Amino acid sequence: MIKVNGISKSFKVAKRSTGVGHALKGLFHREYTTVEALRDISFSIEPGEIVGYIGPNGAGKSTTIKVMSGILVPDRGSCSIMGYTPWMERVPYVKNIGVVFGQRSQLWWDVPVMDSFQLLRDIYKVPEPEYRANLTLLIETLDLNEIVNTPVRQLSLGQRMRCEIAASLLHSPQILFLDEPTIGLDAVSKIAVRHFIQTINQEKGVTVILTTHDMNDIEALAKRIILIGKGSLLYDGNLQALRSRFGTRKTITADYRETDIPLDIPGVSVLSWSTERAVLSVDTEQVMISDVLTQLSRQVELLDVTIDTQPIEDIIVQLYKEYQIS
Amino acid sequence: MKMYISVFKLRLYNGLQYRSAALAGIATQFFWGFIIIMVFEAFYSQLANTPPISLTQLITYIWLQQSFLAFIMLWFRDNELFQLITTGNIAYELCRPSEIYGFWYAKLLAQRLASAMLRSLPILIVAFFLPQPYRLSLPPDPSTLLLFSITLILGLFVLVSISMLIYISVFVTMSPVGSLLMFGVIGEFFAGMVIPIPLMPVWLQHIANLLPFHLAADFPFRVYSGHIPKEEALTGIITQFIWLAALVGLGSFAMRRALRRVVVQGG
Repeated sequence: MIKVNGISKSFKVAKRSTGVGHALKGLFHREYTTVEALRDISFSIEPGEIVGYIGPNGAGKSTTIKVMSGILVPDRGSCSIMGYTPWMERVPYVKNIGVVFGQRSQLWWDVPVMDSFQLLRDIYKVPEPEYRANLTLLIETLDLNEIVNTPVRQLSLGQRMRCEIAASLLHSPQILFLDEPTIGLDAVSKIAVRHFIQTINQEKGVTVILTTHDMNDIEALAKRIILIGKGSLLYDGNLQALRSRFGTRKTITADYRETDIPLDIPGVSVLSWSTERAVLSVDTEQVMISDVLTQLSRQVELLDVTIDTQPIEDIIVQLYKEYQIS
Repeated sequence: MKMYISVFKLRLYNGLQYRSAALAGIATQFFWGFIIIMVFEAFYSQLANTPPISLTQLITYIWLQQSFLAFIMLWFRDNELFQLITTGNIAYELCRPSEIYGFWYAKLLAQRLASAMLRSLPILIVAFFLPQPYRLSLPPDPSTLLLFSITLILGLFVLVSISMLIYISVFVTMSPVGSLLMFGVIGEFFAGMVIPIPLMPVWLQHIANLLPFHLAADFPFRVYSGHIPKEEALTGIITQFIWLAALVGLGSFAMRRALRRVVVQGG
């Protein structure tokens, strides 16, 4: 469905130092630096997948989305989405995609949301029955009933974002690009948005490409992630594999009856220790959890034990560090 | 087509929300119209020889100017489009299955039409009932009225294609103020908004007639009052068509060039 092959894109950025002197100099002579936003990115995505596209700020996530949605023209490389080259056949191509830029708005600020929806219906030439059906589904699943007749300027961010997502799906696109759809949302709205993405993916088979900084989004939605850093593709695979590759560390928190004998368990690093509680870090590739627990119960009188898997966030930070991109 | 009607409707709703702005606009236009007419009245009372345009024609000219302000003002801007360009929200426009040039053209046209509907009709009606000499007179005959309508609408199209160039230039300059000021000052002067073109010195009139700006304002208004005879009006319509084709061609070419280089930063 989506085939991206060796996409590169660089931007020319005028270098500017602070201060009046430099500002004046800049009037006559500009120094440019080239920022390579994307370097030789390739991947392919099958119909019906939900792919999480992650990377630190400035990694090139949004640039990739913009290239894939036909907004930016890459310097090199090819890209074929549903048989179209986005930036060459923009007009026929974009009928088939929906895009949400979390930091921008496509709704008309001063008029009720419904008016914007109707304009989009006419722009995309959506047949009335299809529009009705989509609208009903969207209003129901995104819980828009009470807000569609409110002017956009009176909506909260979460309400607006739900409307933005609805606006991108009125023309039943087969691919949905979501660029940080949960940015700035509260927990309830986030869950609503996630739930909705899952619903349209399962019920309508919409392929979803999602960029986000919220790893909970990824964990809830994406089976596959693509990691990008400094413009290069670093990891492409499923989340489980990433976990078993990097997430082999588990944290054990043990509460025990007061003792002043320090713990001594081989293969375990002690993160913190007090007379009543210790936090241990275990690499499950080297030591079995059960062994650690046996040792623990032998050395102290255990009251409570919790075992935590390393949060995905930490794994990502670790990954960034490993590739030196943070 | 339906899309363009929708854009227009939305614009009209948008405009209707700002009723007090429209009312204030009407008041300003009346005030301004009266002042200008009084100034010209004073000038005309001191004239030694016959003026190039009669006072009645001039008063008609000024009232039409005031009432169709939304059709003829270059500075009449759509801040939304400027914001789209400078903030990068244009990203969304580029995801729509329509050529941006046509889409924006429709937006600008709709905005001017909506604003004219809210402002020009009241001014026209009141101006018809003002006491002499301030009254707006009717065109000499129905065919003149028809010619006026055609030239006014074509003029509006010409003007929107000129203002499209302003928006496109913002892709390069990133500063709406500069572009507007340049186009606004030069364009409005040569459209006869400051001094009606018939009152300019002859050499300046030649320059004004070479430029497209007078086609939107000066030309239809003088057709209305009969100052431009019908045959001349017909050649004028052809000129309008030629300019329109040239400006739209240039605009869509420049737009395509600009879009290929567009950089949507951030986010």
